[in-house]
Amino acid sequence: MHRDYDVAIVGGGLLGSAIAWGLGRLGKTVAVLDEGDIAKRASRANFALVWVQSKGLGMPAYTGWTVRASETWSRLAAELKEQTGLDVCHQRNGGFHLTLSDAEFEQRAQLVTRMHNQVGAADYSMEMLSASEVRKMLPLIGPEVSGGSFCPLDGHVNSLRTFRAFHTGFRQFGVDYFPEQPVSAITRDGGEFRLSTPKGEIHAGKIVLAAGNANQTLAPMVGLSAPMGPTRGQIVVTERTMPFLPHPLTTIRQTDEGTVMIGDSKEDQLDDRVLRHPINAAMADRAQRMFPHLARLNVVRSWAGIRVMPQDGFPIYDQSETHPGAFVACCHSGVTLAPNHAFDIARMVAAGALEPELVGAFSASRFAGDSAGTTDIR
Amino acid sequence: MFKRSDQDNRPAVKMFVDGAAIAAREGDSVAAALLASGRDIRRATAVSGAPRLPYCMMGVCFDCLVTIDGVGNRQGCLVPVTEGMQIEIQKGKREIGK
Repeated sequence: MHRDYDVAIVGGGLLGSAIAWGLGRLGKTVAVLDEGDIAKRASRANFALVWVQSKGLGMPAYTGWTVRASETWSRLAAELKEQTGLDVCHQRNGGFHLTLSDAEFEQRAQLVTRMHNQVGAADYSMEMLSASEVRKMLPLIGPEVSGGSFCPLDGHVNSLRTFRAFHTGFRQFGVDYFPEQPVSAITRDGGEFRLSTPKGEIHAGKIVLAAGNANQTLAPMVGLSAPMGPTRGQIVVTERTMPFLPHPLTTIRQTDEGTVMIGDSKEDQLDDRVLRHPINAAMADRAQRMFPHLARLNVVRSWAGIRVMPQDGFPIYDQSETHPGAFVACCHSGVTLAPNHAFDIARMVAAGALEPELVGAFSASRFAGDSAGTTDIR
Repeated sequence: MFKRSDQDNRPAVKMFVDGAAIAAREGDSVAAALLASGRDIRRATAVSGAPRLPYCMMGVCFDCLVTIDGVGNRQGCLVPVTEGMQIEIQKGKREIGK
């Protein structure tokens, strides 16, 4: 294989796919170099929230970037549906974080206050509601619910179908997708990047590293850095049930097809092949205290996944000074931020330069100095 | 469509399907009793609403899902009938709390 592309994307998960789709949409010739079906892939192991509330504590630019995504998601969903016929079932119906005791309520209220007090944060509404106010919107909550925070910008989507829709869209845009071709080395020669894969070399004018946690290894090959700190999460999935939950929660959501997803733990252990049942038990217990009716539903599966997570929890978008034309992109919230990747990052890569007013704060140069970030909290 | 064997002398069991009494036999599974009842017992699937009847009769295919004594999504082929049992043909997804 010996072909030339305007852009090669390393990584065909949700983030790489969104950028590749966006570049294809702009008429660029694009190659996507991906691992195989058995790759550890957050694109197939996520909670599918399009989530704004409490994002960006410690980095106001992340709040603004997330609000921007929330506002653009419906346009992305409409374009994907028009192009592929796939309805990704995006809903921006507002989301809750429920609390189960006075102490939890107080803790959440403090977080909301800190978010609102943060200088430079995008202006959006996120408010604490009492249990009786919550009950008006979520009639089936149990007596232990002490209240919660609500943000009207929150929502959710069918993330698996979104992933499929991007890949379906590739064909129409002429994006070449190469599975089973992880990139082992990258060099730059004569203004062109050469990417080594098990099946040969790919040549491209620009590259975007979108390989999730593997960006940490790939970025230094082109003078970039991407310090990652992945975590593990477990999810419990129930059988399908009639719609009962009109708003998604941070830890419970009902999919468009009726299954209830209960999540989501945050663990340091990174082996995703074994389930830790005490964690599932704790998550299920909290879920049924929030919605006692859930106790009667059968659990049909449970799984663990590895989060893509930059070291401080905030996204990294950067361009190389030593290797012009090389970009790196990684973030935890590949579902929430999909429209920004498809529209904004793709536009910037096509133009050859990141736009500092939009993504300047996300340069990995922030890790060079004092790295006192906070982790991503939903 | 189904006809009980003339040699079947098992005692009768009375149960109810959507409120209507039907005669099952001791040892019947709920799915078998429903098929033998002659009634329209087609359920509707959870996502597309397609009509379905019990199929594998051995616990594998989940096409016999039915509400038994107020509990949804039970596999009718794995539950023996009992006197006075209340069956509801499940149309679509299980209801929360059922």
